[in-house]
Amino acid sequence: MEEQEFTPKIVGFLCNWCAYTAADTAGVSRLQMPPSVMVVRVMCSGRVDPLFVLSAFLRGGDGVLVAGCWPGQCHYQKGNFHARRRAAMLKSIFETLGLEMGDRFRLSWVSASEAPRFAEVAKGFTEEVKQLGPSPIWDEVFL
Amino acid sequence: MPEGLKINKGAQEAVRELLCSLLESGRVNGVLALGRTRGANGGVAYSLFTDSDAFVADGAALPFLPFMPANAGGLLSRLTLKGSLAGPVAAVVKPCELRAFIELVKRSQGSLDNLLLISSTCGGVYPLDVGANGGLEERLPRYWEAVKQGEVDSDVRPVCRACVHFVPENADITVALVGEEDLDTQCTLFLDTEKGAAFVKGLEGLQGTSLSGELETEPIQRSHSQRAAYREELFAGVEVGMQELIRTFGRCIGCHACKTVCPICYCSLCYFDSQDCEYLPEIYESELERKGGLRLPPNTVFFQLGRLAHVSVSCVGCGMCTDVCPADIPVSTIFSKVGTSVQALFDYQPGKDVTEEIPLMTFEEEELAQVAT
Repeated sequence: MEEQEFTPKIVGFLCNWCAYTAADTAGVSRLQMPPSVMVVRVMCSGRVDPLFVLSAFLRGGDGVLVAGCWPGQCHYQKGNFHARRRAAMLKSIFETLGLEMGDRFRLSWVSASEAPRFAEVAKGFTEEVKQLGPSPIWDEVFL
Repeated sequence: MPEGLKINKGAQEAVRELLCSLLESGRVNGVLALGRTRGANGGVAYSLFTDSDAFVADGAALPFLPFMPANAGGLLSRLTLKGSLAGPVAAVVKPCELRAFIELVKRSQGSLDNLLLISSTCGGVYPLDVGANGGLEERLPRYWEAVKQGEVDSDVRPVCRACVHFVPENADITVALVGEEDLDTQCTLFLDTEKGAAFVKGLEGLQGTSLSGELETEPIQRSHSQRAAYREELFAGVEVGMQELIRTFGRCIGCHACKTVCPICYCSLCYFDSQDCEYLPEIYESELERKGGLRLPPNTVFFQLGRLAHVSVSCVGCGMCTDVCPADIPVSTIFSKVGTSVQALFDYQPGKDVTEEIPLMTFEEEELAQVAT
């Protein structure tokens, strides 16, 4: 049997007001995107508790994408600024503990009108994760 | 230059007498300090004394005993959770406990009003099991000898040996202990705030000469660099990488004692104790099918990483979590190491300034541009 190409599983937490709309538009406009991002719609990127990200990784996600509005354009004024601080903190934790989850985690700003940008982000991040290969904790029993 | 007092008595004795006078004069309604509980099997616990006779009886109060049965920061939060105390209470706490309390006050879990906070430069504390197994008394002479020299006894907890914040912040009164060679006969204390000075001013029964000097003496600086070096060494010993983390945290029995004793973990219902962490049978089944096995109880690495994400920014490195871990996981070493890097990221020092916002509760518009891509 021919070996199947690895398609990463990426959990995407998309802000309802921007990235989610952009993803929707990208789909409707039939922009080419890999089928790797599994979308979880959240009301704001600031809603993403670090536990969501950890949970996604520890249940075997190959990557986690958090996408929200550009700084200054948050529907709730400041949710994305908080998301950015949390992302920085998570990356710092991953780096200190020598976990490669830092490379598998991405925070991106995508406004509602930027459907092509969303397709780019999805494509680029999928490619990055593909290079890293399947998550080493996919079949780990002790979590 | 900070104002202080010199009292011609041993440090412990002098502070005990100071607290006694405060109680007798009615300047404070109570004193929170370590004390020996009554009875033949009396142990040492944080106690709230309201009676000066009980306070001095049989050396019941042990203000600077190198022992931490609970983080007093959490206890102070409990005393003031529903509002400030009706009358003034003095509390003798260690620097890390004070920092923890400040972090809790920032989270609206306590109030600084009506508290007279007394702390000291700290030579570390012994692990809980040393105290529980009666090993404390025999180590005390050694401990105080080390403190006088500005050294740290090798038996104190690793995270205390690696502590670089052993000079208290935000204390009303600071007692100098580390590097004070004559602490058996002399007590030097600094009145860091107006509140501290007001409580002591004109206090009956207190005989001391005023002094003005620096708390940061040469031995303290020396101790600081020694501890900083040990800190590097201790942190370098933390095994990093997913497999290593799984090995370390895989020992976790899921008792959540680290969370219970952690002063920063204040949530009344922890996510990890909630229904959200109880999986449906289908989830167990699908995990089993995929992995061919599942470690029970689950969520060991998740629990520790999740707790890191929630508290590392405010971790004061008090070491209680390692003390209570029945599986001997070096929790506080890992938390201190991660805490140090997260706190450096936001240029934040937990417990330093009560008016400074917790980094995750605030932001600047122009920052961290490299995080988002």
